[in-house]
Amino acid sequence: MSYLTDSSEGTSRLVMGNEAIVRGALEAGVNVASGYPGTPSSEIVESFSNVASERNLYVEWSVNEKVALEVAAAASFAELRALCAMKQNGVNVASDFLLHLVGSGTRGGLVLVSCDDPGALSSVNEGESRYFARIMEMPLLEPGDFQEAKDMTRWAFDLSEELKQIVMLRSVTRMSHASGTVTFGSLPKPGGTARFKFDGFILDPDEGMIISAPVDWKHQQQQEKVKKAREIFETSRFNTYEGPERPELLLITSSACTLYSREALKVLGVEDRVGLLKLGTTWPLPPKLLSKHLASTDKVMIVEEVLPFLEENVKILAAERAAEIGIKTFYGKNDGLIPMAGELNPDLVIEALNSVLGLNYSAVSGEYEQSAQLSAFVGAPFRDQIFCPGCPHRASFFSIHNAIELDGRKGFVCGDIGCYSMAIRPTGFESLKTLHAMGSGAGVASGFGKLGQFGMDQPVLAVCGDSTFYHAVIPALVNAVHNRSNITLVVLDNSGTAMTGFQPHPGLDHNVLNEEVPAVDIAKICEAVGARVEIRDPFNLEETRRTINELMDDPRGVKVLILRQACALSPQRKHERKFTMSVDEELCLGEECGCGRFCTRIFRCPGLIWNKEKGKACIDDAICVGCGVCADICPQKAIKREEVA
Amino acid sequence: MTTRQQPLKDPYNIIITGVGGQGNVMASRVLSNMLVEKGLTVTIGETFGASQRGGSVMSHIRVSERGTWSPQIPRGQVDVVVTLEPIEAVRVLARYGNPSVRVLTNTRPIYPAGVIAGEADYPDLPTIKETLDKLAARTWFIDATDRAMAMGNPILGNIMMIGALSALDELPLDRDVFAAVLGRTLPEEKLDDNIRAFDLGVEMVNEAS
Repeated sequence: MSYLTDSSEGTSRLVMGNEAIVRGALEAGVNVASGYPGTPSSEIVESFSNVASERNLYVEWSVNEKVALEVAAAASFAELRALCAMKQNGVNVASDFLLHLVGSGTRGGLVLVSCDDPGALSSVNEGESRYFARIMEMPLLEPGDFQEAKDMTRWAFDLSEELKQIVMLRSVTRMSHASGTVTFGSLPKPGGTARFKFDGFILDPDEGMIISAPVDWKHQQQQEKVKKAREIFETSRFNTYEGPERPELLLITSSACTLYSREALKVLGVEDRVGLLKLGTTWPLPPKLLSKHLASTDKVMIVEEVLPFLEENVKILAAERAAEIGIKTFYGKNDGLIPMAGELNPDLVIEALNSVLGLNYSAVSGEYEQSAQLSAFVGAPFRDQIFCPGCPHRASFFSIHNAIELDGRKGFVCGDIGCYSMAIRPTGFESLKTLHAMGSGAGVASGFGKLGQFGMDQPVLAVCGDSTFYHAVIPALVNAVHNRSNITLVVLDNSGTAMTGFQPHPGLDHNVLNEEVPAVDIAKICEAVGARVEIRDPFNLEETRRTINELMDDPRGVKVLILRQACALSPQRKHERKFTMSVDEELCLGEECGCGRFCTRIFRCPGLIWNKEKGKACIDDAICVGCGVCADICPQKAIKREEVA
Repeated sequence: MTTRQQPLKDPYNIIITGVGGQGNVMASRVLSNMLVEKGLTVTIGETFGASQRGGSVMSHIRVSERGTWSPQIPRGQVDVVVTLEPIEAVRVLARYGNPSVRVLTNTRPIYPAGVIAGEADYPDLPTIKETLDKLAARTWFIDATDRAMAMGNPILGNIMMIGALSALDELPLDRDVFAAVLGRTLPEEKLDDNIRAFDLGVEMVNEAS
């Protein structure tokens, strides 16, 4: 039994923000959960899957975020409660359906959880999902601590049913992946009956069709729901104020920035001078509540991540109410006081308050800080992210890189999102030359492959992962085949959604509930759409390299190379050690070799290091996982692999 | 058995740092659950998107009797740094260090890719010791990974570091609460190894003190 289904009301537990969201949904009696893996959101669907049978839930990892939201919406249309979770850029993928969904409205409580990643700690963007609430005209909630993450999620289902509209709950990495103490509420008995009613009057929200037309009428209905949400938000317990009645400065904040702001006020000891208005309902803003607080002071500072979403909305409201509340001076992103890129922390809030309040706080003496920073600069060499020891991507990109160099026509690789994004770095021999959205490597390559008529003669390659293949590559592949684009697509098939923690995908024969399911074969799909398909083991370096060169030379349209080798951290490989590796110190010529320390300078596996005293390569046994690949890169054959019995 | 009921100060701020793949997150979970078991409120902030990919990783643990704190510790406010890899302590002190900080260091280096490639130098252990001694009020250097490998599993080094932290007696931590927390998830045969590792950590600090 998972502690998330602990039925004793009132117990306090240390839980991750994502788990608090799950508990809130369980307390609300959620029936269906869906999503597509993406840091920092992945633990939500995973946690649901762990309690699925116990709570009679249907849980799935969908093929992408749009389908995930469609799956969750179907449950809502059938009067069940459903939650759909994704990372920030997933909302972009889901947004086309979302636009129509907010028009049609919903039935059973439907909550969209977007986990944003300010500072791009595990992303290649720091997209803001909050703006979707405004352009989609749907309510937005942002929990300000872990308890609220649970309580607010539970409430979001009630709100959704009251409004007959999807509700968006936005978390951030420092909420989703942070942990705190949460007191649990009661759990209802598992239940739920699904029935899709459609025989009523066409415009009947409960028994008619679920459609976004007639658009004019439906859009007005939708805006009525926003007005209703605004009314409800006026008295929401998730909007709180702490501080003096007439503060010198009003600090308005939301989400994890609440914790940063509260701490900053404590550190500076200005809790009696600055009022903290914490908003949990951030779209639409409750005007009466805001007006009351804005009227209490002349100076207003807004603290949020990443863009000035709240700031803009508060300013519009303040302008509309200026006659009543007076003219304000605003501090925040637009005046440059608080950064508009990257994540915030207590220190950035302290700095901003230092400036506005004319304080002079510093945490440690300048002398200590200088000494500590200099020590780190000199004594802590930069630690670049790398492929793990035994990672198939290192081997794959080694061959891709060598094939392109041998080919000599300045070929290049278009990439997308996954662990293999790191091939922009030396760990992947800087092979990727473009890096954008899920599936974009194949799509961009499809375009490059048509530029021959303008004189482009460079070979075009693209890479994608196995999960990404299903998520967004298939349309790009069809496009490339149909338009006779001349490209080589390398599918780095490591048997799971590796970057986010091995969530199953449609290529596997089991799903998140561990049920047996039909595996959808990548090679067969590629063949069916008309591509030439080859399958290799990337750990066979020479054969892989030769195949890539041959495919690059084949002028007939789309070639797909599937490089199949499980991730080194996958359940099937994690504790496997195929080879015991060693360096023959007689054969290794060290600095004298003429290879220029090829093994460590180029290959950069953390398990293969340079012994400075001996001036020779050596294996770090604490790190090496025994994949055996490096034995094939030494020109002297000094790296030895011995099969583990 | 510790007699301590409260942390030395409130909030008491811990940073556990290391390299992706070393078990940073596991260590922070175990430690935090021990503190929760003692009735304290714990807030953990960690970054684990890149946790398996060889980058520097950090967990911020805030221990308090007064509720939830920011999942990021403010500059200059760390009380103890537990580092699974020696130079990561130096990196952490640049932002979070202060003259009264205590540092517990595992001595086993993991070389950054740039060092392996010959583009950067990794300082030798005496230099790292000298640097940390200059920046911290107290330091302990423990051969946790080496001792753990001798026990057959390098990950046990993390448990030794938790044992070592308990021996500083700044938090209500001891072997009983460790066994209670681990006993909930680990089978008995694994629990024994872990308790031995915890005890070794305690011993190593006592020897070094």
